[in-house]
Amino acid sequence: MTEGKAAPKQEAYEDIPGTYVFDAKRSRQGYHLNMFCMSMMSDANRRAFKADEAKYLDQFPMTPDQKKAVLERNWDKMLELGGNIYYTSKLAATDGLTFQNIAAIMTGSTQEDYAKMMLAGGRKPTGNRSKSEWKNKKNG
Amino acid sequence: MARIIAGVTTSHVPAIGAAIDRHHTQDAYWKPLFDGYEPSKKWMRETKPDVVILVYNDHASAFSLEVIPTFALGCADRFPIADEGWGPRPVPEVIGHPDLAWHIAQSTILDEFDITIVNKMAVDHGLTVPLSLLCGEPREWPFKVIPLCVNVIQYPPPTGHRCYMLGKALRKAIESFDEDLRVVVFGTGGMSHQLQSARAGFINQDFDKRFLDAMASHPEELVRIGPLEYLREAGSEGIELVMWLVMRGALDDDAKEVYRFYRVPASNTACGHMILENPRA
Repeated sequence: MTEGKAAPKQEAYEDIPGTYVFDAKRSRQGYHLNMFCMSMMSDANRRAFKADEAKYLDQFPMTPDQKKAVLERNWDKMLELGGNIYYTSKLAATDGLTFQNIAAIMTGSTQEDYAKMMLAGGRKPTGNRSKSEWKNKKNG
Repeated sequence: MARIIAGVTTSHVPAIGAAIDRHHTQDAYWKPLFDGYEPSKKWMRETKPDVVILVYNDHASAFSLEVIPTFALGCADRFPIADEGWGPRPVPEVIGHPDLAWHIAQSTILDEFDITIVNKMAVDHGLTVPLSLLCGEPREWPFKVIPLCVNVIQYPPPTGHRCYMLGKALRKAIESFDEDLRVVVFGTGGMSHQLQSARAGFINQDFDKRFLDAMASHPEELVRIGPLEYLREAGSEGIELVMWLVMRGALDDDAKEVYRFYRVPASNTACGHMILENPRA
């Protein structure tokens, strides 16, 4: 046994490609970002946000990167910075976007191609289980 | 004595609720899905339970990151419909059964399950979409509903084994309630799907079919599936399937499958549905 702090443990689920597991680390990192998204459930807040987005965001102690991701509607970046999809989808709804709309954006696909992929049975498991399978391609 | 007569599993995709509310159920995209639930609606009308215990997850509607209960039992008289950002679904308010709910809370807590008792809770599509799929669009829901809300958003959710054992404690609680009630347990969510990031759209039909095959006859195989396998094989949101195991744990070991339906896609999700009956009910 050695004394002191161990190196950060690599969780086995971090090997799953194109996936941010909403664990303790991400939940703590994204708390204010997600609580901002939660505030979009009230119509008064949605109107205040739309009137001046940057000013509205200043009520929440989010990091500059998190605010930038929100203002740019960088959906994947929000998740990388601790956002959770059930929270960010509330911001999407404020913009009139559905789960499928933002899914297409996050996968770098067009709406049409993404919808076609789903109709054809969705993204297949083969080649999409491990980051090692994604090394030579963008995604499945 | 109250008794469990049957169990139902079904996906609870929000787009299904939107299709019902906007009258799109006969569109080419949706018709095959809603046709698949027609026999279930007939079964539900004939089965006439007094109470449904509905196992589901809240999607940042009643609970936020401020409080994250692993198992929350709705003990209120009634549960309003949540506004999820586009107004509440136009469905009847959900009427609870506080006598039975409080009895279940007491019984399961003394059985060493640390249940959170909830006296005020709006219910979102996780609860209302299964009701709509099984009951259609009635003026009021034809039975009382006890919501059992499971955290599956913040990692880690409870294990499949824990959910299965909670089902067994739930059964013990129901069978010790001194009123002649017919109870059906719903386990909702799933099947394989991923809504987030570059792997969004992930569907694993082989996993789903194996899961459906094992539900009735050998659920102990499903109870052994751990969180990593769910995340990798069923997609990051497919881990909702642990909620099906609460229902399975509550039923008899030799429960019989009486109906099954599976369809891809419902928006981003593999839609799966099954009805199991207790043989001696």
